[in-house]
Amino acid sequence: MEVVLAFTVGSLYGTGFYLLLRRSVIRVVMGISLLGQAANLMVFTSGGLVRGGPPRVPLGEEYPVGPVADPLAQALVLTAIVINFGMTAFALVLAARTLQAVGTDDADALVLSDAP
Amino acid sequence: MTFLIALPILIPLATAASGFIAAASPSVQRRLTLVGTVALLASTIALLAHVLKHGTRVHQAGDWPPPIAVPLVADPLSGIVLVTAALLGLAVVVYSRQGVDRRRKALAYYPLVQILLFGTCGALLAGDLFNLFVWFEVMLVSSFVLLVLGGERAQLEGGMKYVTMNLLASLLLLTGIGLVYRLTGTLNLGALSMAMRDVPGNAALAAAMVLLVALGIKAAAFPVFSWLPAAYAAPPVAISAIFSALLTKVAVYAMFRIFTVVFAQDSGEIRPILLACAGLTMLTGVLGAMVQMDVRRLLAFHVVSQIGYLLMGLGLGSPLALLGAVFFMVHIMFAKAALFLVSGITHTLRGTYQLDRMGGIAREHPGIAVLFLLPALSMAGLPPLSGFFAKLILIRAGLEAGAYAMVAVAAVVSLLTLYSMIKIWTLAFWGTPPVTVAGRRRPGPGMLVPTAALAGLVLVIGIAAEPVALVAGQAADALLATAAYAEAVAGSGR
Repeated sequence: MEVVLAFTVGSLYGTGFYLLLRRSVIRVVMGISLLGQAANLMVFTSGGLVRGGPPRVPLGEEYPVGPVADPLAQALVLTAIVINFGMTAFALVLAARTLQAVGTDDADALVLSDAP
Repeated sequence: MTFLIALPILIPLATAASGFIAAASPSVQRRLTLVGTVALLASTIALLAHVLKHGTRVHQAGDWPPPIAVPLVADPLSGIVLVTAALLGLAVVVYSRQGVDRRRKALAYYPLVQILLFGTCGALLAGDLFNLFVWFEVMLVSSFVLLVLGGERAQLEGGMKYVTMNLLASLLLLTGIGLVYRLTGTLNLGALSMAMRDVPGNAALAAAMVLLVALGIKAAAFPVFSWLPAAYAAPPVAISAIFSALLTKVAVYAMFRIFTVVFAQDSGEIRPILLACAGLTMLTGVLGAMVQMDVRRLLAFHVVSQIGYLLMGLGLGSPLALLGAVFFMVHIMFAKAALFLVSGITHTLRGTYQLDRMGGIAREHPGIAVLFLLPALSMAGLPPLSGFFAKLILIRAGLEAGAYAMVAVAAVVSLLTLYSMIKIWTLAFWGTPPVTVAGRRRPGPGMLVPTAALAGLVLVIGIAAEPVALVAGQAADALLATAAYAEAVAGSGR
């Protein structure tokens, strides 16, 4: 199962970077969003995959019994998803405002901030 | 005493929150922010004094036992950078009264600056890798908004580049953290420094490289620096000043922490890469600055160039080199912010940022000329200013390590920096005043006093170099004493 996820993560990274290199500003934002999913899935997989083992501590025990899923990796992913959502929302609004101000979707037209 | 560690995080948060509540009354909001920033400065000074006396202090958040809690760690390095950051925050808050227009202030400018300080202090105190990532995001999101606040076209364009590159950096940071977690099963910096020893070299190096690229983008190192000049030249100079002082420097601080504590075993492979990056960052930054006519953009390229010196210190890695790098960090945070603030003053006088349309400021305002000269000559490394000693220590460390090419580059870049500063001096301060001046206003004490304070600090750090070097030395020693750090943070010794 980890191999399948590894290839999924890899292709998400690949697609994300490809979109990031496009000239269209909206595609760049979509690329960032995809890269976010790739990173989240990567962190999720890094905790190790356990099927049907919720990390619960039974009554009277100090630690969970048997193989359980790593709750820390899942907590990290939850945090990262929320952050990624907010950042993507901001990037989309910024892209829309830039589109209005510049009048084109072409990243090559954003030269005002690079003139000497 | 561990509550002292949490204060630099809680104070800006409380200040930001009360600032949002007081949004209806700008004058109340400004005063609250001022009081909060002074309190932040006081708490960071108290914390620095405490850790200098008692060594590294750890606060296990929520009073959870050590391996579970997210630790906040204060050691001499984070202490000294915290004090510098708080001082700069105070200078910029005072400066903003006249330096930032009313429209931006109505859009929650002051609370956003506090959130930026909140994120900065958090990142400097984080003892957990994922926690560090979250603090970076706090800094990032407030800097996004500060950068595009006002919505001018140049701001939006610069913002787009800044947002794209820094979001990419954040996601790479998250990727690196995921890899580290997979390899070791922990994210606590102290536990990591022990657990990384059992990780096969190639796997550790792969994770280290992902983190290096991520933090390299955030620190604006070669070859991923081009977002910085585009972004820093767009907003009002008060914002550029605090960005130049905090954002890239915190990324360099994180590099210091991660590459000395976590990847100490792999330093043989990482250091040559850091040194190559350092040299190329210095050179490209300073060469990029030479052709600029917009004073903010010129200064922004120098921000890039000076990052190279910090990486040089980390790349050399000896105690003396790290001492020099910490000294340099303090020096450059003050000097660079002072220069940005001066460029805001000259903009008030002449109504433009274009160097060839200023002219003759030295004759009309000799005091402002001095305010420029102090940080400018310090950046070029002239004695007896702060930059001289910072560069002297770094170059001495380079000679001791036998890194002659690195030393040569550092010396040449110093000379080219002097050229850039002379260019600003001859174009803006000498020569004849322009016939028509766009908006001749006078800078008030609100702009002059904080700028003078920073310029004065540059001189004071130069004259009283020894105490600063002693504190920097303690910071470097604490950074290299990874075993003690690991024990304190991972909590095995408590």
